[in-house]
Amino acid sequence: MRTNDVMLQTATKVVTFIILMFAVHIFFAGHYTPGGGFVGGLLTTSAIVLLMLAFDIETVKKILPLNYVTMTAIGLLLALATAAASIIFDVPFFTHAYDYFDLPLFGKTSLHSAMLFDAGVYLVVVGVTMTIIQTIGEDE
Amino acid sequence: MSNLLLFPIIIPLFFATVLMIFPKRLKLQRFLAATGAAATLIAALVLLAKVNAEGVQAVTLGSWPAPFGISMVSDPLSALLVVTTSIITLFVVFYSFPTIGVKREQSFYYPAVLFLMVGVNGAFTTGDIFNLFVFVEVLLMASYTLIVHGGEKPQLRESIKYLLVNIISSALFVAAVAFLYSVTGTLNMADLAVKIPQIEETGILTVIAVMFLVVFGFKAAIFPLYFWLPGSYYSPPVPILALFGALLTKVGVYAIMRTYTLFFTMNITFTHELLGIIAILTILAGCVGALAYFDVKKIIIYNIIIAVGVILFGIAQLNQPGVDGSIFYLLHDMLIKAALFFLVGIVAVLFGTTDLRKMGGLIKTYPFLGWTYLVAAFGLAGIPPLSGFPGKLLIVQGGFEGPQFWGSIVILATSLIVLLSAVRIFIYAFWGEPVETVPLKKSVFNQMFIPTVILVAITVVFGVGAELFMPFISGAGEVLLNPSIYIDAVLKE
Repeated sequence: MRTNDVMLQTATKVVTFIILMFAVHIFFAGHYTPGGGFVGGLLTTSAIVLLMLAFDIETVKKILPLNYVTMTAIGLLLALATAAASIIFDVPFFTHAYDYFDLPLFGKTSLHSAMLFDAGVYLVVVGVTMTIIQTIGEDE
Repeated sequence: MSNLLLFPIIIPLFFATVLMIFPKRLKLQRFLAATGAAATLIAALVLLAKVNAEGVQAVTLGSWPAPFGISMVSDPLSALLVVTTSIITLFVVFYSFPTIGVKREQSFYYPAVLFLMVGVNGAFTTGDIFNLFVFVEVLLMASYTLIVHGGEKPQLRESIKYLLVNIISSALFVAAVAFLYSVTGTLNMADLAVKIPQIEETGILTVIAVMFLVVFGFKAAIFPLYFWLPGSYYSPPVPILALFGALLTKVGVYAIMRTYTLFFTMNITFTHELLGIIAILTILAGCVGALAYFDVKKIIIYNIIIAVGVILFGIAQLNQPGVDGSIFYLLHDMLIKAALFFLVGIVAVLFGTTDLRKMGGLIKTYPFLGWTYLVAAFGLAGIPPLSGFPGKLLIVQGGFEGPQFWGSIVILATSLIVLLSAVRIFIYAFWGEPVETVPLKKSVFNQMFIPTVILVAITVVFGVGAELFMPFISGAGEVLLNPSIYIDAVLKE
């Protein structure tokens, strides 16, 4: 039985973008304040899942033709590479570097190499959770 | 190179991740999996050489000072175990080519094997008890994948048991870690070794020590917590079984070894005596199982449990011969179990069954296989000069020097049962009236047999050349018996 989901679909079209923007905000809020790659990734996944609920898996696959397993692998590689950069500088593994930069628009900003690691975490979280949800969802 | 000791963890992680990107490219999967395992072995050997030359290596992640950051420590024991793990994983990868099946190979089999290697090597290397939990989880995740990989009916049934047992024991693990932290205020193993002797109330610490024994006992399959092992290990295919049998329980054994020598030494008369008694009960329970079954896989699986008991009995004595013997026997057991599972795997393929009563006469068609099996079986039972002998000898000697001399007598007596259980396979499968075997291409047989023979040869070298390896073993034992070496290396700054 197909329910009338005009309300859900219309709302989703707006809400998805709000969630995605919030995910980006939470991602960059990490490090000093609550947030980071893990929560950001979960929020992004929730946005995609909302799309799946409002429309269906096939439509979402058309919108986002991503291979989530590859995404997980790339995330892991990114995180590993960031951590492994410390090997080149011969400091203990996972040692991170940071500095302050004057960026246009943002002003004085602190940039951390840990952010790259977090980006890896973000990709892994989105990749893994989406793989799980898709696998369960596709099961007839 | 302060990060060298992390290489045996990073290399398989890197290769496993890369392999996830193209699961269907069969040749590339095989090539990269073998390369990854081989590269890890080389890194592990370099690490062992460095530890041997320069003493205990330690690095605290993220450049934090030692008790606050996560310390990774490579002492001779962990370096030896990492080398052995890498050898076994490499051979399991080779043995998997002809046996595991293309379908499994194309569904993330090799990444899972390498992730398992990451977890096992990490658990052997870490110097932080919470980080130990994390690496145990990593290897459990990989093992969940492997145990259910292929999705056959018995696999699905047993994986539920396996999952439940491990989730419960992991929850207990975290609880035990929390208790330990609330009492001592630290989770760094070296720091624990400093703080625990300063605490006067040993009662609560004894309770925590026993909790850890339960947690690690689930993983190591000690009496009476081994109930999940025979069923769960029986269901996956032989290469996975070999990997599990050789590595997984040994992580639990290692964790008991480490914690019960480094810091849970405040109430030896209770904890170590308990460990000794449990070890003997484990041996006896394993013997009953090893004799009770007519199934080749089951017999070897129960021999895992016996070996766990023997190793832990040596540790419980906490004297030099006992600890040295345990380390030697631990390394021997990892290698010989992998070799034996490979061998019974070949036998099972040839007969198309694992039931001993439906086998016979293989010595006429495959004589070399038969004699290789006999050498491995004698090695398992500890017949000199093979690799089971020096370890067992030292453990028995350790027992006679301590108060639990009766345990040594049990170990000696049960050696005969181990021999009987292993030779029974030889008698049934290789002697007697020839039974028709499944036709097997010569090339496929060789692909299975060559890694097996090399692994058996390694165990023979390990046994015959025991004198050659003894400096490494006693070096590892020295660190276990003198925690100050370990503590100084970690907290040097």
